Amino acid sequence: MASILKIIAQRLALGILTMFVVSVVIFTAVNLLPGDFAEAILGQGATPEAVEAIRKDLGLDQHPVRRYISWLSGAVQGDLGNSFAQANFAAFVGTDTGSGLSSVATQIAPRFENTMFLAGVTALFAVPVSLTLGILAALYRNSVFDRATNIMTLSSISSPEFFLAYILILFLAVMNPILPSLSNIYEGMALGERFTKTLLPALTLTLVVTAHMMRMTRAAIINLLASPYIEMARLKGISPLRIIVKHALPNALAPIINVIALNLAYLITGVVVVEVVFVYPGIGQLFVDSVKIRDIPVVQACCLIFAGAYILLNLTADVLSILSNPRLRHPK
Amino acid sequence: MSTLMSIALILIGLLGAGWLLRFVGQRLTGNKPFFRDMALGVAFGYVFGALVLVWLVWAYIQSHSADATTANNFFFLGKAVEGFAIFAVAAFIFRLLGRHIGPDASRKIFRSMPLTASFGVLVILIYAFVAIFAAWLAPYGQEEVLSSANIVPGGNPAIGGNPDFPLGTDQIGRDIMSRLIFGAQNTVGIAFATTCLAFFIGGTLGFLAATLQGWLDQLLSRGVDVLMAIPSLIFALLLMTIASAWAGSEKGLLTYYMILIIAVIDSTRVFRLARAVGLNIVVMDYIEAAKLRGEGLGYLIFREILPNAYAPLLAEFGLRFCFVFLTIASLSFLGVGIQPPTADWGTMVRDLAQFINFAGFAPQVASAPLLAAGAIALLTVAVNFVVDWMLHKSSGLKE
Amino acid sequence: MVETLLKVRGLKIEGRSDETWSPIVNGIDLDLCKGEVLGLIGESGAGKSTVGLASMGFTRDGCRISAGSVEFDGIDLVQAAASTKRDLLGRRIAYVAQSAAASFNPAHRLIDQHTEAPVQHGVMSRSDSEADGVELYRKLRLPNPEEIGFRYPHQVSGGQLQRAMTAMAMSCRPDMIIFDEPTTALDVTTQIEVLASIRKIVEEFDTAAIYITHDLAVVAQMADKIKVLLKGDEVEEAETREMLAHPKEDYTKSLWAVRSFKRPQKPAVQSTSVPVVSVQNVTAAYGKVPVLHDVSFDMHAGRTVAVVGESGSGKSTTARCITGLLPPVQGQIELDGIPLPADYRKRDKSQLRQVQMIYQMADTALNPRKTIGELIGRPVQFYMGLTGSDRRRRVEQLLEEIELEPSQYFNRLPSELSGGQKQRIGIARALAAEPKFIICDEVTSALDQLVAEGILKLLARLQDELNLTYMFITHDLATVRSIADEVVVMKEGRVVEQGLKEDMFRPPHHPYTDLLLSSVPEMDPDWLTNLLNERGVDNIGDAAIDKMENESPV
Repeated sequence: MASILKIIAQRLALGILTMFVVSVVIFTAVNLLPGDFAEAILGQGATPEAVEAIRKDLGLDQHPVRRYISWLSGAVQGDLGNSFAQANFAAFVGTDTGSGLSSVATQIAPRFENTMFLAGVTALFAVPVSLTLGILAALYRNSVFDRATNIMTLSSISSPEFFLAYILILFLAVMNPILPSLSNIYEGMALGERFTKTLLPALTLTLVVTAHMMRMTRAAIINLLASPYIEMARLKGISPLRIIVKHALPNALAPIINVIALNLAYLITGVVVVEVVFVYPGIGQLFVDSVKIRDIPVVQACCLIFAGAYILLNLTADVLSILSNPRLRHPK
Repeated sequence: MSTLMSIALILIGLLGAGWLLRFVGQRLTGNKPFFRDMALGVAFGYVFGALVLVWLVWAYIQSHSADATTANNFFFLGKAVEGFAIFAVAAFIFRLLGRHIGPDASRKIFRSMPLTASFGVLVILIYAFVAIFAAWLAPYGQEEVLSSANIVPGGNPAIGGNPDFPLGTDQIGRDIMSRLIFGAQNTVGIAFATTCLAFFIGGTLGFLAATLQGWLDQLLSRGVDVLMAIPSLIFALLLMTIASAWAGSEKGLLTYYMILIIAVIDSTRVFRLARAVGLNIVVMDYIEAAKLRGEGLGYLIFREILPNAYAPLLAEFGLRFCFVFLTIASLSFLGVGIQPPTADWGTMVRDLAQFINFAGFAPQVASAPLLAAGAIALLTVAVNFVVDWMLHKSSGLKE
Repeated sequence: MVETLLKVRGLKIEGRSDETWSPIVNGIDLDLCKGEVLGLIGESGAGKSTVGLASMGFTRDGCRISAGSVEFDGIDLVQAAASTKRDLLGRRIAYVAQSAAASFNPAHRLIDQHTEAPVQHGVMSRSDSEADGVELYRKLRLPNPEEIGFRYPHQVSGGQLQRAMTAMAMSCRPDMIIFDEPTTALDVTTQIEVLASIRKIVEEFDTAAIYITHDLAVVAQMADKIKVLLKGDEVEEAETREMLAHPKEDYTKSLWAVRSFKRPQKPAVQSTSVPVVSVQNVTAAYGKVPVLHDVSFDMHAGRTVAVVGESGSGKSTTARCITGLLPPVQGQIELDGIPLPADYRKRDKSQLRQVQMIYQMADTALNPRKTIGELIGRPVQFYMGLTGSDRRRRVEQLLEEIELEPSQYFNRLPSELSGGQKQRIGIARALAAEPKFIICDEVTSALDQLVAEGILKLLARLQDELNLTYMFITHDLATVRSIADEVVVMKEGRVVEQGLKEDMFRPPHHPYTDLLLSSVPEMDPDWLTNLLNERGVDNIGDAAIDKMENESPV
């Protein structure tokens, strides 16, 4: 047991280290901006006073390493700095800088919650459906069913998310008005209504993620079914159902966990486009909007959150598959 | 609840029908193994599949009904069925031609090709043709603003179409068909160039790491690990923000920055694969034999390793191309990729998207954005089909 | 008249490749009586495993039975419903696979897998079956029979797993067991134990068995009658003793004759002559794991030194030290009395040229994308500086040297050649460097016996013509007998014993050499019985090694 704890501790340390390096990369990338980003943000027409005010307020006059440390220590405590868009606005109206600034954290928090809701609803559909379909396709491989699902999943993977989204809008919102095509969610909405409004973006994401997840599950299960111990079980006259449950599943756990984690991580990327299509007020949309208006602190923070979620998911998968490996659980 | 109930009822009905199918089959064939060993779930699958096919035929007939509302309701389904059928037949004919025309080598390839792969090859050829000869094929220029805006696709004057513009015009009066054709050149060309660049960077470094190993391998691999810990679209968006500040008002420059950014991000994936493929080859005894002979690094990489890596690299090129192509399309769709007025499918989808909401009145109106999005999907589907076949073939050879 | 248990008639099996079905087995008949053991032998690709599985009514994915019948106790398994077959499998027909490590489910303990079949088939209750399992483990001489079942497969060694699998096959007391090369993956000293226990338990329960193997000596110990297969066809079938004494068909005779090739022993070398290659006090390690301890031996011109040992004994590591791939921690390698740089990258071209290597797997030793002409031509050009037609002429000469027609083979790719031909190309590539010394790393162990024989003869001829020195790494003592002049026996990274071949095969031996020699099965069907009578069950295999180590640490 000691060795397994050691391995997990190593993975955790590695995850934290990666996260740290990633934060350096993000910070450095942002600081590659030409000149000064106060100027870049405000544009040519800004008064020197406004530029100076912002520069002071955001600590741009300090050394980058110092700034990085204060940014990181803030981020760890949940303080992600102040949004430029707000600062910009405040500077132009000439109000007292410092008090009128809206913090990135307060901007992101509700949207983060919305995105998690969307991802949750998607996972709720996608995981059971794709695992079932993937296992079925593996069991009946090379059958008509397998070939048909192969073609459909390949097509679904190949299509850009917005194509699937518009097709769903076309059929489920425009031609047959079953679901709303805009997901204008606000705080305090009843859960039922919120769910209905989230359904269409969630379905779009489900289509994409299910295809990926199903194909990976199929490959993992086929790989597993080809192992000699499955053949041995069949030659012992064990029933097909028992072979799946007793012999295949305990060993399939690690690959399946990996498949799920990988695809939930994929969701993070997919969420950006889908949120834009459906005007879903999540972190993805905020991110794209901030990219367009070059609101650096928000972009930075969103990037950090996305990368953090990504690393966390991969780490979880890693640890879970270590825990499910009998060779590691029962050392010699 | 009533919908749930009816769905449950239908499922139970299908299960019953499946049981009946198996029972009748067993009786009629004198208990042949096919029906004897059939699981109830499989029988259910057959019935379900048959039902879907019947429904599709019914829907297709509906789409040609004399009643305009009904026909409109099934317009897209009808078009999809037609498109599917046309492509299937075209792929079949293409494969048939390939089997009988041309040199022995290509005929042999066509003989073992599944229909999906021949569809893929055909589509890729068409796209390549359109992309190369876009300037001759397109009736109008890509930035040319014509007299009338918002012409409905289909060329039917009765609903606001114009035979001069078979796919209609956009909000400011540019010909959609011409822009689609030029889009092939721009979108596909840029994606292709980006993929090539990514392969050049990732491939070179990957093989170097695999051959030399040691500290260089460690350095590159750890670096790639970090870059890959940031989701690629997110990272691309972050870097595009910075690039847009660099480019300033020169929007054209942004496209080059985008190529560079996506190529670097994607080269990490290529690096991983090239390194893995390289490592698999490097452990072979023939590499050891060449090393012991005293061969230099260049000979090892170019004469011993590379010739054995073509097959997996080619398949990876297809997959990477799809990925890059979709990333660029997504960026353009989000408004930070290829910049207007260059015709590009992702941007076109974004600009024309609002037309979809008019599909209820005239389905033709909604087809313009779907065509642009469909053009993206069709190419990636085609490439994926070909890659799938290649991977299947190479894995089959190993057994 | 004994009752026939299994009756196979006209069995044809096809395999799927590239969307078409091609025959693997073309009409085999087979009869097996109760309590009888049939040996099924043949080279790789003969279809023996396929026939073995088909006699359980089972085919692997991508194979199908296209004609014929497999009647087990009156039930035709080809036509039977899946549920009927399931009822027979495990309960009345059992299977022992080649690789026990892969065939046990890593997620469950041995005893859980042992009791699964009896419980599922309703033969025994869980607790009865568990007790029975312990009893079987004891019968099969597994250490700690009460406790070993509660381990997971990866916690048990290969030889023990193979015996646990035999126990599992016995769990329902089946009427018939299929043994599919159960000892092929094991070392000789481990193999003998497994063989002894399989034979004991099959005899004790009077179980019928089909024993599949490519090793004639093994099958001679195990089977009552032998059937020889060749490329999916039956060659002949006879009682074991009859078959060994009077094989009828030419193919069978040639299989038996392989063992007859033997070179005469060369006299001992003068102590004054300088060895071509001298390994001096070499100690080596992979990272921090030590693999070689103070290894020394000499190899003299025109002679063959066989380095013998089981897997993990350090034979191949020694070769890596000589070639410079693994610089030793201590000690050195001398070529003609001059020390070689430890790292191959520091050796000059002529030093590299003098030491050549021939590999075990010709498939991975030849670049699959290069033609034969390029493969052999490269060292010719690289070392000799020959180009154009000079180079071509030299390659053709080398091809003739290895008995392949130059015009036919020059432009072919390795994938178009058979295993034996590929190995010949490997030899030609080594010869192209015109070396003094060639390391042959298990060059014949991946080949079928007839082909291996041809390679050995070729190597012997080349040695006589070119005065080559061979270091011959092998685990197969039959090969040592036929080709070696001197023998070095290695165990766990140390040289246990070395000397002239004649002396090595004559007692007295070092106890490990003795064990190694006595564990190699011989063609005599009474060999195993005699050996067990002579030494007793406690003095073979792992048990003997443990004993030896306790008494006299190496």
